Amino acid sequence: MKNHPIGYSAVAEVNRMRERRSQWQIVKLELSKAPYSAWFGIIVILAYFFVALFAPLLAPHGEAEIFTSSFAPWGGEHVFGTDQIGRDIFSRLIYGARNTIGIALATTLVSFAIGGSLGLVAAISGGWTDQILSRLVDVLMAIPGLIFALMLLTIFGSSILSLILIIAVLDSTRVFRLTRSVAISVVVMDYVEAAKLRGEKLAWIMRREILPNIMPPLIAEFGLRFSFVFLTIAALSFLGLGIQPPTADWGSMVRDNASMIQFAKYDLTAALTPMLPAGAIALLTVAVNFVVDWFLDKTSGIKDEH
Amino acid sequence: MSTERDKKGDILLEMKDIRVEGFSDERWHKIIKGIDLTLHRGQVMGLIGESGAGKSTLGLASMGFTKPGCKITSGSIFFDGQDLIKANDEEKRMLWGTKIAYVAQSAAASFNPAHRLLDQTVEASLNRNLQTKSVAEADARNLYEQLQLPDPNNIGDRYPHQVSGGQLQRMMTAMAMSPRPELIIFDEPTTALDVTTQVEVLVAMRNIVEKFNTAALYITHDLAVVAQMADVIKVLRYGHEVEEAKTREMLVSPKEDYTKSLWSVRSLEKPESPSDDFVISINNVDAAYLGGSKVLHNVNIDIPRGRTVAVVGESGSGKSTTARVITGLLQPITGSVYFNGEALPPALKDRSKEQLRRVQMIYQSADTAMNPRQTISEIVGRPLEFYHSLYGTQKQERILELLEMIELDESFYDRFPGELSGGQKQRVCIARALAADPEVIICDEVTSALDQIVQEGILQLLLRLQQEFNITYLFITHDIAVVQAISDEIVVMYQGAVVEQGLKSKIMSPPYPDYTKLLLKSVPEMDPNWLTNLVDKRD
Repeated sequence: MKNHPIGYSAVAEVNRMRERRSQWQIVKLELSKAPYSAWFGIIVILAYFFVALFAPLLAPHGEAEIFTSSFAPWGGEHVFGTDQIGRDIFSRLIYGARNTIGIALATTLVSFAIGGSLGLVAAISGGWTDQILSRLVDVLMAIPGLIFALMLLTIFGSSILSLILIIAVLDSTRVFRLTRSVAISVVVMDYVEAAKLRGEKLAWIMRREILPNIMPPLIAEFGLRFSFVFLTIAALSFLGLGIQPPTADWGSMVRDNASMIQFAKYDLTAALTPMLPAGAIALLTVAVNFVVDWFLDKTSGIKDEH
Repeated sequence: MSTERDKKGDILLEMKDIRVEGFSDERWHKIIKGIDLTLHRGQVMGLIGESGAGKSTLGLASMGFTKPGCKITSGSIFFDGQDLIKANDEEKRMLWGTKIAYVAQSAAASFNPAHRLLDQTVEASLNRNLQTKSVAEADARNLYEQLQLPDPNNIGDRYPHQVSGGQLQRMMTAMAMSPRPELIIFDEPTTALDVTTQVEVLVAMRNIVEKFNTAALYITHDLAVVAQMADVIKVLRYGHEVEEAKTREMLVSPKEDYTKSLWSVRSLEKPESPSDDFVISINNVDAAYLGGSKVLHNVNIDIPRGRTVAVVGESGSGKSTTARVITGLLQPITGSVYFNGEALPPALKDRSKEQLRRVQMIYQSADTAMNPRQTISEIVGRPLEFYHSLYGTQKQERILELLEMIELDESFYDRFPGELSGGQKQRVCIARALAADPEVIICDEVTSALDQIVQEGILQLLLRLQQEFNITYLFITHDIAVVQAISDEIVVMYQGAVVEQGLKSKIMSPPYPDYTKLLLKSVPEMDPNWLTNLVDKRD
C-alpha cells in the first residue's frame, strides 16, 4: 500500500499556485487598471460623500436660515443667490447632498436587506415558498412604481421614515428578482447540497454558502438601485410628497426655483439657479453608473479564475 | 490495425523546439518548454500525459493556434511545407477547417443548438467553396453511414439536442471529415462518454481515419484508449517530452520511469474479503423524481461494514439516484433504507444530526463540491464545529491532523480551493467527509475527473483510510479498472434495476448476465489489438 508511483506526492501535484495578495493589494491592482470613466466616477462619489459628511463645516449659512432679500442675485454674500423666501442656495445645495444621499443610501440598504434575504429564501426553499414570494412580487411590480409610491405616501403621510420604508419595499421587488435568479444557479452546486446533507440551517446556507458567491452582481445592482432611489426621491420631492421643507433637498429645490427660468432674458445666472440642484443629481447618477459599469465589466467578463 | 502503420508517406507536420507561454496572474508562465513533433501522412500520434502536461496546448499549436492569453514564443511549425508561424491570420484561416480539423472534448458545447446538424457538418466545405451544396450533403450522409450513425439519410435534419452524446461526438468527427482534411486533432473526444458508448465512437473514428488516410493527433489521458488508436505515442509531462515510441514498443517496454509509473496504475488491486455484517440495507426501493417516471425499480442492496461496494453501470442506470435515496435527498416511493438495522427516516429534514453524521458523501467534481469563497480550514473545520463542537485550537489541531491524513501539509490550511489541483481538491473533500467521523462514505464517481496517476493516489488513500478507520464505502463508478482496484463487492445496475450483486471474484468471472458481459467487454484494455478483436468478434 505504501509504494506510491515513482516521484508522486499529493503536495507536489501540479497546481496553479497563485501569488497571495492581501485584499488591499488586489484593490490597488484593480484600481490601477481602471478606465478614466471609473476614476472620474470614484472621485465624484468621494467628493459628494465628503460634502455630505462635513456639510455644517462647509456651508457658509444655515440650512433653513432666512435672509431679508429673496431672489437675491449671484455673487456677493450669497454665491448662488437666495431662493423665494430668502434662503442661501449654496448652503442648501450642500445640506441637500447630506439629506438626499443619506436618505437614498438608507432606502437602498433597507431594500437590499428585504429583497436580498427574501430572494435567497425563495431560491433555497423553492416549491411553495418560492411561488408565494415570487407571485407577491409580481403583484407589487404590476403597479406603476411612482404612482404607487405617491398613493402610499398620501395614506401614510410623508415623514422621512415612511418615505424610506415605502420606497425600500417597492424597490426591494427588483432586488428580490435579481437575488433569486443569481442564487438559483448557486443553489444547485454540490457544496450547497453538501451543506444540506450536513444538516445546516437555512440561515447558515444563505449567509455562508450562497451570499459570498453572489456578491459581485449584488454590489453592481446596489450602485444602480442607489441611482434609481435617488432619482425617485428627487421626483417625489419635486412633486411635493418627498422630503418636506424646511429640510433642504435637491428635488424640491428644483421645484421651488423652477419659476426663475423665466428670468433668463434679464439675468442668465438667475435662470441657471434651478439647474444647479438638477445638475448635482445628474452628476452623481452618471458617476455612480460609471463605477457600476466598470465593476460589472470586471465581474461578468471572462475571469481567469477557473 | 493488424498491420503496423508506421510508414505512411512523407512528413506532413513538423514542429521544432516549440515553446508556448501563457499569461495569468500578471506574469508569463511557460506551458510548453521546447517539444519537437514529426507527423507523417496517415499517421496517428497519441499525446498522453496528466492535466497541465501541455498536451492540449501542443495540439492547438500544431494548427498555429493558441488559446487567448497564450503565445508561441519560439520554434517552427511546418504543415505540408507551409510555415505556420509566419503565416498571417488569413492564410491560417484557409487551412483551418479545410486541411486541419479539430474535434473537441465536449461535442455538446461545440455545436450551435440553433442549426440543424447537416448544415453544420457541411458548413466548412461550403464556406471555402470546396464542394457544391448537394455534393457536400450527399458526402455528409455517406460519412454518417460510415460512422455508423442511425438513419444516416435523415439524422442530419435533427438539432444537436435531439441526438445522444456519443452520436454527437461522431457527428463532430463527420463535420471535421467533411472537407477531407489532412490532419485531424482529437482532443479527449471520448472522455465524457460511457464505456459502452466510447467503444462505438472509437471504432468509428479509427475506421474513418484509416479509410481516408488522414493523419491525426489523439490527445487523451487514457492509455488504453490511446493504445487502440495510435501508431506512435508521445508522453508529455510538465511541458516536456518524456519519450516517444511506437505503440507496441511503448506498451511492452517503456523506457522512462515516469512512463512506467503511468502503466503501473492499472495494476492496483485489492483482495476481497466477504462479510455478513451489513451497515446499510436498501430494501425494495422504488423511486422517481418529481413529476418524472420511475428511475429505480425494486432495488435491494446490502452494504457490509468496513468493505467497499462498487456500483457500476452506464449513465442513467440509477447509480446516483440510489445514493440520493440513501442520503435522504430523494424520498423513495416504496421501500426503505436501514442503517445498523434501524430504518432511516426517508426525508433529509427528519433525520437527526447523528444519523446525518454517519453517512458522508464525496462528489465527482471537487470543483463544485467546495465553496470557492471558503478556505480549506473553513471547509474542513465546519463539520468539526457542527458535529463535534470543536472550536479554537482544538479545531485547528484536528484540521491539521486531517490534512496530514490526506497527505497534504499545513501550507494548505488557509488556501482557497481555486489554488489547488484536481487531486488535491478531491483530497480535501475526503478530509471534509472524514471530519465527521462517518461510518459510511458514499463516493460518487470520485476519480473519474482525474488523471490516472492522481487517481491511483486517491484510491490508495481511500484504501488506507478504510483499513485505519474501518470505513464502509459505497463506490459509484463506471470505470472497471477502479472497481478492480478498490471493491470487495460489486453491484451492477442497468436502467434503474440491480442486475447482479456479489463478491468481486464472482461478478468478474463467467457466467455473466448479458449486460455485465457487455459492460466488461467495453472496457478498453492495454492490448493494442483489443479493439480490432472486439470488432472482429462482433462481425
